[in-house]
Amino acid sequence: MENMKMTSTERVMTTLGRKEPDRVPLALTVTMHGAKEVGLSLSEYFDKPENVVEGQLRMREKYFNDILMSFFYGAIDYEAFGGEVAFFDDGPPNSMDPIIKKHEQILHLEPPRIEESPCLMKILRATEMLKERAGNDAPVVGVVISPFSLPIMQMGYDKYLDLIFDRFDLFERLMAVNSVFCIDWANAQYKAGASIIVYFDPVSSTTNTTRDLYLKTGFKVASDVISRLDGPTATHMASGRCIPIIDDIAQTGTAGIGVSALEDLGEIKEICRGRINILGNLNGIEMCRWTAVDAEKAVKDALAKAGKGGGYLLSDNHGEIPFQVSDKTLHAISEAVRKWGNYPLDWVEEYEV
Amino acid sequence: MNENESMIVDLTLSLLALDDLAVGSIIDEIASEMTPLETAEYAIVPALERIGEGWVQGTVALSQVYMSGRICEELVDEILPPSDPDRKDQPRIAIATLEDYHVLGKRIVYATVRASGFELNDFGHGVKAEELVDKTRAEKVEVLLISTLMLRSALRIKDVSRELKGDDHAPKIIVGGAPFLFDAELWREVGADMMCRSASEVIEAIERVTES
Repeated sequence: MENMKMTSTERVMTTLGRKEPDRVPLALTVTMHGAKEVGLSLSEYFDKPENVVEGQLRMREKYFNDILMSFFYGAIDYEAFGGEVAFFDDGPPNSMDPIIKKHEQILHLEPPRIEESPCLMKILRATEMLKERAGNDAPVVGVVISPFSLPIMQMGYDKYLDLIFDRFDLFERLMAVNSVFCIDWANAQYKAGASIIVYFDPVSSTTNTTRDLYLKTGFKVASDVISRLDGPTATHMASGRCIPIIDDIAQTGTAGIGVSALEDLGEIKEICRGRINILGNLNGIEMCRWTAVDAEKAVKDALAKAGKGGGYLLSDNHGEIPFQVSDKTLHAISEAVRKWGNYPLDWVEEYEV
Repeated sequence: MNENESMIVDLTLSLLALDDLAVGSIIDEIASEMTPLETAEYAIVPALERIGEGWVQGTVALSQVYMSGRICEELVDEILPPSDPDRKDQPRIAIATLEDYHVLGKRIVYATVRASGFELNDFGHGVKAEELVDKTRAEKVEVLLISTLMLRSALRIKDVSRELKGDDHAPKIIVGGAPFLFDAELWREVGADMMCRSASEVIEAIERVTES
């Protein structure tokens, strides 16, 4: 590793305390690229925790990443409920058919037990191993899908919206079941060594839900769940917009927000400054065709808009960098943040985005 | 603001508020003076277009788009049922979610297209490229709407477009879904004929194909 003044943990924690560390932390969400490093297909890679651990450690080494992710793929919470997951050679594993096909099933739905879910136990083992290997040098970042967003996979988004509008009673029951699971699952990850949990909540974003509806639903769920967690969280909108609800998200008790490429990072920084941290917002889809010059420009623009004053981690906007993004581009992003991300970021004064 | 414009504004606001009673009342009043097809074309479609524009601008949420489409599809099915000869079955349109199991985008487009008076074939979700090509040829589809949520699924559209472009009566391929909203060039890369950012843009696109 490059000789740096702070460890990654010190860098990230100083940032989350909304102070300026030595440089802006790099939170590259390279959840799949480790498979290429260790020479495995994605299905082989995710089959054993030691594969993911090795992949994450190599990603950190290769790109000077300031985080280690114990996250495997987004469909794992749905898998724990009994869902079937499809694996691919060129993208993240996907949820298949909904497990809730009729509303009445919700009346009998029970949260899965962590210790009886092989897929979840793999993540816990990966978390433990990452913590053992990294010690206090780098934070281990776990993920939970919010109770409010998980039903997209549990029942299909269209049927979920029908449920919210037609059977709010059953929606509330589903939230109760999902919340019990989410709290247990997050706390199990903290116990295994996760330093922070990303609370994935795209359905709460204003891309998907009006603020009025969010305040009656996702906001209440997030406030309840986050208050019962044994460690800090960052709420991720997974590419969804959030400017109209930043104040509300801050009130849920979360420490940070993962923000969208569709919104201006500068505007988000002004609203968040001094109150809540920001992760984002590099466009992972466009990233697939970036040159090194494009990557450096994107990083500089983001640093200029959000870096000053701390409280900002450079990341992509979705929380999972596409498998199609080249190593060359990832190197370019890493180099750019090490070149331009050193505080006090004086160059920003003269820079035009 | 003239009376027609005022009516569209009222309809749009009622849809956004998910007030199906108010929507029903407005549609009843319009339908008393227009044919069912005119009601769809001059009232419902413009309202859905405004909602679609709001979605693109970020001022309207997907839940509102979905519920508006659902309300309109149900209402139009009452005044212009599937068997009605005024229903537009030309061009021959089909829709599919390629590879993905995420069907919301397809549902919204399906409802909006039907609410505009068109009929279309639903080829389902989780459809593989080869199967989609076969179905498109078998049904002599002229406009193929492909929805995807995942980037890897969007990239598979190349396999569909490459196969179909060589056909004598190759369909127009119109794509949509999240990956296309984040990369304005992606639709070209996958060999589509056009990309639509919202369900209401699909109506415009179908009408352009019909006129050409």
